[in-house]
Amino acid sequence: MAHGPAKGFTRWLYTTNHKDIGSMYLWFSFAMFLLGGVFALVIRAELFEPGLQIVEPELFNQMTTMHGLVMVFGAVMPAFVGLANWMIPMMLGAPDMALPRMNNWSFWILPFAFAMMTSTLFMEGGAPNFGWTFYAPLSTTYAPPSVTFFIFAVHIMGASSIMGAINIIATIMNMRAPGMTYMKMPLFVWTWFITAYLLIAVMPVLAGVVTMMLFDIHFGTSFFDAAGGGDPVLFQHVFWFFGHPEVYIMILPAFGIVSAIIPTFARKPLFGYSSMVYATASIAFLSFVVWAHHMFTVGMPLAGELAFMYMTMLIAVPTGVKVFNWVTTMFKGSMTFETPMLFSIAFVILFSIGGFSGLMLAIAPADFQYHDTYFVVAHFHYVLVPGAIFSITAGVYYWLPKWCGNMYNETMGKTHFWTAFIGLNLTFFPMHFAGLSGMPRRIPDYNMMFADWNMISSVGAFLFGAAQILFLFNVIATIRGGKKATDEVWENPEGLEWTVASPAPYHTFSKPPQVS
Amino acid sequence: MAARENMRVTWRLLFTVVAMFIFAVFIMPPIYDVFCEITGLNGKTGNQYQAISAEVDTSRKVKVQFLATNNESMPWQFKPMQSEIYVHPGEEVEVKYFASNPTQQDMVAQAVPSVIPFKAAEYFHKTECFCFNNQPLEAGGSTEMALRFIVDIGVAKSVNTITLSYTIFDITGAATEQTLAQN
Repeated sequence: MAHGPAKGFTRWLYTTNHKDIGSMYLWFSFAMFLLGGVFALVIRAELFEPGLQIVEPELFNQMTTMHGLVMVFGAVMPAFVGLANWMIPMMLGAPDMALPRMNNWSFWILPFAFAMMTSTLFMEGGAPNFGWTFYAPLSTTYAPPSVTFFIFAVHIMGASSIMGAINIIATIMNMRAPGMTYMKMPLFVWTWFITAYLLIAVMPVLAGVVTMMLFDIHFGTSFFDAAGGGDPVLFQHVFWFFGHPEVYIMILPAFGIVSAIIPTFARKPLFGYSSMVYATASIAFLSFVVWAHHMFTVGMPLAGELAFMYMTMLIAVPTGVKVFNWVTTMFKGSMTFETPMLFSIAFVILFSIGGFSGLMLAIAPADFQYHDTYFVVAHFHYVLVPGAIFSITAGVYYWLPKWCGNMYNETMGKTHFWTAFIGLNLTFFPMHFAGLSGMPRRIPDYNMMFADWNMISSVGAFLFGAAQILFLFNVIATIRGGKKATDEVWENPEGLEWTVASPAPYHTFSKPPQVS
Repeated sequence: MAARENMRVTWRLLFTVVAMFIFAVFIMPPIYDVFCEITGLNGKTGNQYQAISAEVDTSRKVKVQFLATNNESMPWQFKPMQSEIYVHPGEEVEVKYFASNPTQQDMVAQAVPSVIPFKAAEYFHKTECFCFNNQPLEAGGSTEMALRFIVDIGVAKSVNTITLSYTIFDITGAATEQTLAQN
């Protein structure tokens, strides 16, 4: 049973080991993060000054679209699946994921999906240019020919996510160590359990909406074509029925990660464990009944606007419970501020700012002013960058010593944190002001009055980008060497993953541990 | 045993996946249409209406305005022959739209109606409308297209003006050869 990994490249091709697959997911996601980051920097370089300097408007539109798609489906989602692969079996005391071969498959179709999507940049007519939300008829009647490749790429990503979700649910339901009851599971496992159900429910809806597009484009149906009796607004309803749960798919596992990190560095158990579980479940449930808040300006009856507005505001309640619990966990703790903790605290503060601007956007009458402005861009970047990206970074720093057996360089980690923190706020905070004074989204050129805010944003974006290079360097340096990590790594961290050796052996928990 | 458990979970989840896909493609669009029809959302109007009562409410008048819009690059001239009329609820009225095809080729158009305010949409009945069929027009030809409608007697008292808007789409490419041949 003590056989190690196979040798050579086929190890990675044929592997069914959850740690190998987790690492591949994480590296793939980091590559996509850099690619999406390059697209973002093209956007910020063009917006550094008013006027058209660097790229044509056509390419600019492709950049905004590809940045969104690559970051959402290529960077954030695979990173969480990678963390799930690495950590869920170790947290549950399981030897591996429940369906290891499907695990391999669900990873290996991803590079093909993204190769297909990225290749559209070099096709005649260019890459998709209709925004990551691909509203019809922009994505049907007026789409570039490459839209078909985009549709198939989305199908493949969807299949990958669905298989990943099935695997995670099966693992959590069937592979828990004896004594590991549902309410003893770490919160990262809980949040992923709920996220996986969200994926199962809405990824097929995404597949459905792109399939309807495919039929409208190639087979003469009229789902979204008014001339044939369809309705473009239907697209928005179906898309956001997927899209809103999707944004929680990108944040719920983040809640789990910081719920693991904050107690370790506050040296106190997590405050309100069961309320965290119920809050996560409530957020997931509410995510299905708020979708139309993305489309307040589409022309809804007043009753509809009000219902969606109140439902949306209701989400602030369980989210508030979570923020309260994290703050209370830190309260009177003997806190230390290692890199994972810094990222987690920044997560709590900055994610709350993003939550507040979300509440502002939820107010239907005010949304008519904010709709499609940079205020929206500021809002969702404040929840996604310090939300998803910071929590993933925090998780990587937190568990990296367990994965590779070496401690990362703390000075470099802290430099990474402060550069990223300053870069992030410089980039996205001014966008609130630009948006409130009326700067529209997705434009390559803008009025002179927005020039100062945009210049600050662009400087911040390049700073944030540079910070990620430092991150890459730090991770590689840690894998190659550095101070040996102890098995516990941190001071009395909670969880089964800290009971195995550092680096974690290729096979862990071949005999299930007894959980008391 | 664990393997069988895993397969059970997998099949159950795969079933959910398929069900959600079917829900998105085959159930959501019809639900949306029904929902729009009930609420008048997007100003969608119903299909051909059979008058059921001849009752006319002469005590009030409703102003009906007519609009015409060409979608995108549709080259036709398309306009209502009167911009507005006053009708009694319950009374059947006929108005005409004018269309001409100034191009060198035969074309087929489809007009799509929308009614504002939305709450009036379900009370706006068309007994005859050019929008029920597509409109073929030979190169250089012109036509007058009839619309007969009744504003339902039950329309809310607060509705004094109803705006009926037609957007005309060029569907020459999509229309079959048969449609052209028939006319």
